[in-house]
Parts: sequence; C-alpha cells; structure tokens
Amino acid sequence: MYLDHAATSPMLDSVREVWVEQSARVGNPSSLHASGRAARRAVEEARESIAADLDVRPSSVVFTAGGTEADNLAVKGLYWSRRNQVGATRILCSAIEHHAVLDPVMWLAEAQGAEIVWLPVDRWGRVDVDAVGEALAEPDAAALCTVMWANNEVGTVQPVAEIGRLCREAGVPFHTDAVQALGHLPLDIPGSHAQAVTISGHKIGGPFGVGALLLDPRVSPTPVLHGGGQEREVRSGTVDAAGISAFAVAVRHAVTGQQERAAHLVDLRERLVRGILEAVPDAVLNGDPGAGAHERLPGNVHVTFRGCEGDLLLMLLDAAGIDCSTGSACTAGIPEPSHVLMAMGADEALARSSLRFSFGETSAEADVDAVIEALPAAVDRARRAGSLASRVG
Amino acid sequence: MRVIAAMSGGVDSSVAAARMVDAGHEVVGVHLALASTEASGVVAARGCCTLDDARDARRVADLLGIPFYVWDLSERFRSEVIEDFIDEYRHGRTPNPCLRCNERIKFAAVLDRAIALGFDAIASGHYARRVDGPQGPELHRAVDPAKDQSYVLGVLSAHQIAHSLFPLGDSLKEQVRREAEDRGLLVARKPDSHDICFIPDGDTAAYVRSQVGTRSGDIVDVSTDAVVGHHQGAEAFTIGQRRGLDLRVPTADGSPRYVIDVDIVTNTVRVGPPELLDVTTVVGTGATWAGPEIGAVPTPVTAQVRAHGTPVPARARMAAGLLVVDLDEPIRGLAPGQAVVLYDGTRVVGSATVDRTGRAMRP
Repeated sequence: MYLDHAATSPMLDSVREVWVEQSARVGNPSSLHASGRAARRAVEEARESIAADLDVRPSSVVFTAGGTEADNLAVKGLYWSRRNQVGATRILCSAIEHHAVLDPVMWLAEAQGAEIVWLPVDRWGRVDVDAVGEALAEPDAAALCTVMWANNEVGTVQPVAEIGRLCREAGVPFHTDAVQALGHLPLDIPGSHAQAVTISGHKIGGPFGVGALLLDPRVSPTPVLHGGGQEREVRSGTVDAAGISAFAVAVRHAVTGQQERAAHLVDLRERLVRGILEAVPDAVLNGDPGAGAHERLPGNVHVTFRGCEGDLLLMLLDAAGIDCSTGSACTAGIPEPSHVLMAMGADEALARSSLRFSFGETSAEADVDAVIEALPAAVDRARRAGSLASRVG
Repeated sequence: MRVIAAMSGGVDSSVAAARMVDAGHEVVGVHLALASTEASGVVAARGCCTLDDARDARRVADLLGIPFYVWDLSERFRSEVIEDFIDEYRHGRTPNPCLRCNERIKFAAVLDRAIALGFDAIASGHYARRVDGPQGPELHRAVDPAKDQSYVLGVLSAHQIAHSLFPLGDSLKEQVRREAEDRGLLVARKPDSHDICFIPDGDTAAYVRSQVGTRSGDIVDVSTDAVVGHHQGAEAFTIGQRRGLDLRVPTADGSPRYVIDVDIVTNTVRVGPPELLDVTTVVGTGATWAGPEIGAVPTPVTAQVRAHGTPVPARARMAAGLLVVDLDEPIRGLAPGQAVVLYDGTRVVGSATVDRTGRAMRP
C-alpha cells in the first residue's frame, strides 16, 4: 500500500512511452547538425507545452535537474544578483520551507553574511501576510522573498498571491516552491506575481532528475552552475531531451482534470482522517483542517500521535505493508524533529511524533482501510517503546 | 520468532543476520547510531547517517531482503556510556565502555524497545553461545577461544540473555569470513574493529586528557620514593601500564617499571616492579547474574578480568552487598573500574565492577 505520493508518485505510462521514444534518438540539443536540431525541436516543443499549460511564456521555462536545483538557482541566484545590483542582503523566508530552500538560505547567512528574516506561521502552518508586509518595510534591503506554494509536510496552502502582490509592490523578487502544489492545486502562476516558481517532474508522474524554474524573463539570477549556458545563460549543462519531453507529458497530465482528481483525493483524505480519529481518538490532525484549494493539499494527511516516535510508527506500518513517511527531512537516516511543526508551536517531542500519509492518482479506498486496520496496534506498540525512552532518559 | 538483528556493518553481525534469515525468523535489521563524532560522519545539524558502516549494514540488509532502519541512540550512548567512561577515568578508574554499552544500550535500551515493538529477541554478531539449560537460558563461551566475547556480555541478566540470540557462537571466525564470502556479502574482507568506537584513533590517553583537562604531576618510584618523571594528568594512566610513561631515571638494574597506583587527589602516578601488581583478592560492586546467584557461601568459579585474559580459579561469595573473589593464583595488573566476570566451566555466572583489590605484596 503506497501512501507516500508526496515523496514521489508513480511514473505515468504515457510519460514512460515518450521518454523511451526520445531516449532512442541521438542528438545533443545544442548541436547544429540535423540530429541536434531534432533534439532541440523536442526540447522546445516541450518548453512550449509546459508554458501553455502553466500560463507563462516559453522563455520563462528554465529546465533544471530537479526541484532542488531550481530552488538553489532561485534563492542563491536572485540573492547574488540583487546584492550585486542594489546591495540588498536581506532574505525573507518562511519558517516552513523545504530543505532545498531552507538550507541555501541558511548557507547564504552563514557563509556570505545574508540577513534572514524568518516569516512566522500560525498554528496551521500558514505564513502571516502582515508579517511579510512588515518585513518589506525597507524594500531596498530585501534581496528576495521565498514562500512555498503548499507545505510538503502538513499540506497547508500558503497565501502566495497576497505575498506576491506585496513583493511586487515593493519591487522585491518573489520565489515560490510549487513542487507539492503542481497537479494537486489549480496554479494561477501569473496571479501569484512570483518571479520564480519551482516545479519538479517526479512528483507528478514524470521522470526523476528533471524540473524547471519558471523564471520571469526580466529577472536574471546569477548562475549556480557555470558552463555552456544552455538554458538562457542562467543554467548550464547538456539539455536532457528525453527527460524534458517526458516531463512535458507529466505537466500536461497534471493540469488536465486536476479538479476531478483533487475531489477524489479529498474523499480519500476525509475517509482516512475520520478513520484515524476513530481508531486513535487522541491523534491530532496537523495543518489546515479545511478542504478547499486555498486551505490544504487534497492528498495530504499529517497526524501527530502523542507519545509515539514517528520513525518507530513508520517501521511498524512498513512491517504491515504500508509505505508512509514522517514527512520530515531525513527518512533514510536519523530522523530530526520537524522544523515545520516546531514553527507551528509544537515542542521537540511532538515534532518527532508524526506521520504523513499522502495520496495520489493511483490511491484507492483499500489504501485507507489498510492504514486504519494496522494503525491502532502500531500506535500501541510505539507508545510502549516511547514510554521506555522517556522513563530512562 | 520476530528478531531484531543488530547490524554494525561488520562481517560478524552481517553473517549473524543472514543466519537468522536462513533459520526462518522474521528479521528486521537495525543499525545503531551511537557515537555522533565528526569522524563517524554523523552530522549533528542534519542527523543523516553518511557513515560507511551504516551504508555497509544497509547494503547487507538489501542483499538479505530484510527491512533496515537506523536507530539514533547517540544521546543515550553519550549519557550512559561516554559520560560514565570519562567519569570513571576522572576518578582514577579504568572502565570498559563496550561492556557498559552491552549492559545499558544494546541489550537494554534496544532490547526494551524491540520487545515493546513486538519483537521476541535481539540477534547480535557476538561470539558467545546461548544454551538452554535446566534452569533457563544460559550464556556460554564461544567455540572459538580466540574470538570468545562472553566477557563483554558477562554483565547481561538472565532476562537479557533469554531475549538474545548469538548465531555465531558455534563458529570459528575463519568460517564466518568464508561464509560471508560465499554469501557474496561486500563486508567479507572488512577488517575487525578493535578500537573504542568513540575514540577512532585509538589513543585513549589523549582522549581522556582532552576530556578531563591536563595538569602536571610527578611520577614517583615506589621503591625509592624518587621522582622519576612527570605527566600531564594522573587520570590518563592505568594500573599495570608500562608504555608511554617517558621515565627519565632508569632503575639500577635496568628492569622495566609499571604503573602501580594512580592517586587522583595528589595527582601522583606511582611506578614499580611488576611483582607489586599481583592481586589475590578482588572486591566488586554492582554484581549482575546470568542465572542463579552466588550467596554468602564461597563458591568455586573461574574469574576473568579482561576481554581476552586468562581465567583464574577462584572462590566467590557475596558479603554485605559486595562480590568478594579470592583468587587461587594472583592476577597481575587489575585496575578499579575493570569488570570481573565469573564462569562455571564455560558458563557465565555473573559479573561485578572491580572496586578494590587485595595484593599479595603491598608497596
């Protein structure tokens, strides 16, 4: 039972077909000969397709090797160019960003003297728009503002349009990481007023290792990768024609029938939340409890089980054949307390006691029922193990 | 049975896990993140494990087709093992951290957690045998005398032994290596680890000095009361130590001198001839029992005071809550803080931490 679509979602058959087809062709899109031109044509058609689907200009689409690279390019690149142009060294960053944004921001502070203004969130994990307004009081000092479209852990949708408008009025570049939002929410990218929007392939049924930064043509971030300058002189590296062609298929799918899919995911989510609260009455749903597109990602369920270590619960559910996540950074190694939950006011123990279930297109009611069946025993056992730790520690 | 295989990433625990899978148990591999030093690659801020050993363990689990998790017990390890280690040295004693780790982490914190999670036992790559005797499970020496690790497991209680499995106890190390090779485990040729895991360079004295600080003091010859050298802190010395003393005044006959006594209060290290190290009575605190306890009646046993030390015939009894061991022949060089483990033949009887020793000849 796969309930971890927020980590990655299965590749669509239509995507795989296009990938296989394009990967059989020789040709570097930067080459001038016939094979190169054919590859370039595939890339440009993909670029136009994505631009049309997301209502941006084709020249806005800068392909990268995934979401993390796009986030790094936006954060570091915009910081460097704004610092060099106007001497701005302040970064406005929400306290709940993904590590692909959070860590570049913190690196800029530690290594390059940037000043971070953390934008606080409320108990549901939503950024306070007023705080953004206050932080923009000295617009010339602000290099950029970055707030994700929807949070990857607790699923709360952020007021990006309002934040984007404030940034636009202040003349400060606004970046938003829309990796979790694409395919799950209707994305009005022009309406977000964002100069840079991160999207990723493998979260929407596309291939791994391909993503894009949707970058306002009037903005020129300093490159992170220097080299051949293939993508608008902003991003270097041989352009991956097969991956990009397949990515475009996935984006088309993501925006087609999005509303119907979201309604299906909301049904599953409500069923799971009801079932969890019946099976474990003191479980607490994190994030916005609302079901609207401006409230919560339709496929996200994030729950705190007091007294349980999230990683032990994950292990017990894994043994019961259920794939889920604690939602926080290092699922493969040692778990750390979720910075998102801590920003929402949880203490460290609670911030280690949560699980994320995330649905996607292939999810069904059987997935929900399997979780509800396995959960009470797992919670019971994890609680017993947890009480040992607190007694001795 | 549902079994947690403690997987260090070494050849022994890998083969132990493989044998548990072969035996038909439902096995889950767990790598313990214990020492969060920089050298171990565990970055504090992120907590991710990039440690080679963790990767090796994970790859073995992949090959065996079992689930694998990293359990972060570094905080417990610090408070229960490392701090105890430093504190013991600070008091002029010589602790065995591996023993503490088995007693309080591997077969305590980990075992308790495993049982709470619904597992029946922990399997480890230690060379020791669990034998089901008439009065319950017993802990015995391994078949391979060169690898026998029953000493570092000597602190386990009957309850801990009852929930432990040692799949390598009947094997020779060479067989285990060959088996790892035959199974195609990448770790088959990995060298054995000997060092204390949180002191990767093996320089215990330097580590102790770095933790307790340095202060100069004298090294005094017990025979002449003459100052024969200086040191940077008595805490870093161990009774019986010969090397690393840097003595400036040789003995009359050129014979070597050993650390006879460490006095933390006066910061003095006393050295002398090896005969002064002979010990005939051991008094231990914190006795643990692997099975039936020894009472006030002197009971014949063999006593072992270091991991690969020679067992010595002795009589053991409890007196006023202390374990008193009268040795039939002297043991040379025994420091407070070391563990004495008692055996009945190959069976572990129990253990205690050495508190005082009685010497055949007093300086």
